[in-house]
Amino acid sequence: MLPGAGVLAATSADTALALVEIGALTLVLSAMARAAAHLGITAIPLYLLGGLAAGEGGLVALDVSEDFIALTAEIGVLLLLLTLGLEYSGAELRDGMRTGLAVGALDAVLNFAPGFGLGLLLGWSGTASLLLGGVTWISSSGVITKVLSDLGRLGNRETPAVLNLLVIEDLAMAVYLPVVAALVIGGSAGETARTVAIAIAVVALILSVALRWGDHLSRLLGQGTDEALLLAVFGLTLLVAGLAQQLEVSAAIGAFLVGLALSGTVQARASGLITPLRDLFAATFFVFFSFQIDPSTLPAVLLPALGLTIVTALGKLVTGWVAAARLGVAVPGRLRAGAALIARGEFSIVIAALGVALTDGPELGALAAAYVLMTAVLGPLVAKHAHRLPVPARLVAAEPASVGR
Amino acid sequence: MADVSETVLPGVGVRHEFTTAEGERMGVLVHRNGRREVLVYGRDDPDACSTTVSLSADDARTMAELLGVSQVSEAVSAVQQQIEGLGIEWLEVEPGSSAVGTTIGAGMFRTRTGASIVAVMRGQTTIPAPGPELAFEDGDVVVAVGTTAGLAELRSLLRT
Repeated sequence: MLPGAGVLAATSADTALALVEIGALTLVLSAMARAAAHLGITAIPLYLLGGLAAGEGGLVALDVSEDFIALTAEIGVLLLLLTLGLEYSGAELRDGMRTGLAVGALDAVLNFAPGFGLGLLLGWSGTASLLLGGVTWISSSGVITKVLSDLGRLGNRETPAVLNLLVIEDLAMAVYLPVVAALVIGGSAGETARTVAIAIAVVALILSVALRWGDHLSRLLGQGTDEALLLAVFGLTLLVAGLAQQLEVSAAIGAFLVGLALSGTVQARASGLITPLRDLFAATFFVFFSFQIDPSTLPAVLLPALGLTIVTALGKLVTGWVAAARLGVAVPGRLRAGAALIARGEFSIVIAALGVALTDGPELGALAAAYVLMTAVLGPLVAKHAHRLPVPARLVAAEPASVGR
Repeated sequence: MADVSETVLPGVGVRHEFTTAEGERMGVLVHRNGRREVLVYGRDDPDACSTTVSLSADDARTMAELLGVSQVSEAVSAVQQQIEGLGIEWLEVEPGSSAVGTTIGAGMFRTRTGASIVAVMRGQTTIPAPGPELAFEDGDVVVAVGTTAGLAELRSLLRT
């Protein structure tokens, strides 16, 4: 008998229905990805809208396959973080840490504070407010790299400033995610402090192991076929993420660190193999996230989301301005750098999803979804028309006439 | 040669740039996947590219050929990446090894190891695609393509 034949033989009406639902959902996602490509934007906002339409109180109700979709969404987060880790080599991280800390700190202050402050203002718990701060803090490296590439700006002189800042943010996430994950679990002050300490220690340990022994791991995995490599990377990611979760360190960070540990040609191969898989699972994650949002909570969060969008767009403009100025880039380039950073995306949703179980979780989710919708659509538009942004005359006058290197 | 400055773009690749003899600023952005972008910086805004041309790995080879640069090392690494499980190795014929004086044909190296000898480097000269009649000399460096196991076997044949 074939393995799995028992399952096949037992194909029930439930399974058939689940297959139909998952198939239909995926087809809808495909149409959205196509529409997004046509509009020249990232598909994330459309996925979120799709989830809203399909979720609780929405247009259609999916229930049979919810468990399956929930697990798929969970894997989607892991693969998002894995591919993020694969983007950067250890050397790039060390470089980023050395050169970009000051700008990174400015970025954190200007963009974390508005979200955190608004959370407190809305009377949310400290943890939920911390999460909202994270939502507004982290720019979307996926959206931004694509926008820079589409606009032909990868070669521009301000681009290293933008990319280095993204590296710093991602590193900051390696600390932020496990800490908030520990806070979300909660407990007494002492317990929480202990969990946070464990989380940071584990991350530091895995990070140093990843940076030091990454080459060995890469060599070990790199010898087989593409098929073997795909399975090894996927398996390792889930395994490390699961173990990290057991230690109450966020699973996502485990996946991120696996990505960091891989280097050289294995990194490039793994990245090529995992990307299609990530697209599939991550799309499910975005849909599932907004799927849990009650559309009737949306109108109430639109105004706060708009306010946050404006304040944090300004925050990113200032951050990009300063980062580019440090590289000796002139005013137009500084504006381009700042505008490019406005888009938020996958990370903000990952952070908001951590808080689903909190008392303020539903509001946080709705606000984060609205906020990401706005910035992910607005960001690329502003980036495209950055040269039209008004600049206070004082800033331009303070500029030396020529800044070429 | 002009001064070429290098900038690492995390997650993207490496950008090389220089100023031409006529004062034009230009560069090449090498993406990790092998794609190249030729960059020409604008005169009004020296930070932005006025023109970018995207070249696939193949286009870049054509371009380099036209500009007169040999792309041998590139081609080798491409072969290595494209053919899975196949490696390329530089193996030295050790002095006193039984391979010295043996011709490639008589040694039956390919039959015995599965690895193919694609070139022999002798002193300053390189003998590409050597025929079966070529006899090895002390200190020859053999460029061979094969599986990891095959290459290891070939190495021990050239050593003892």
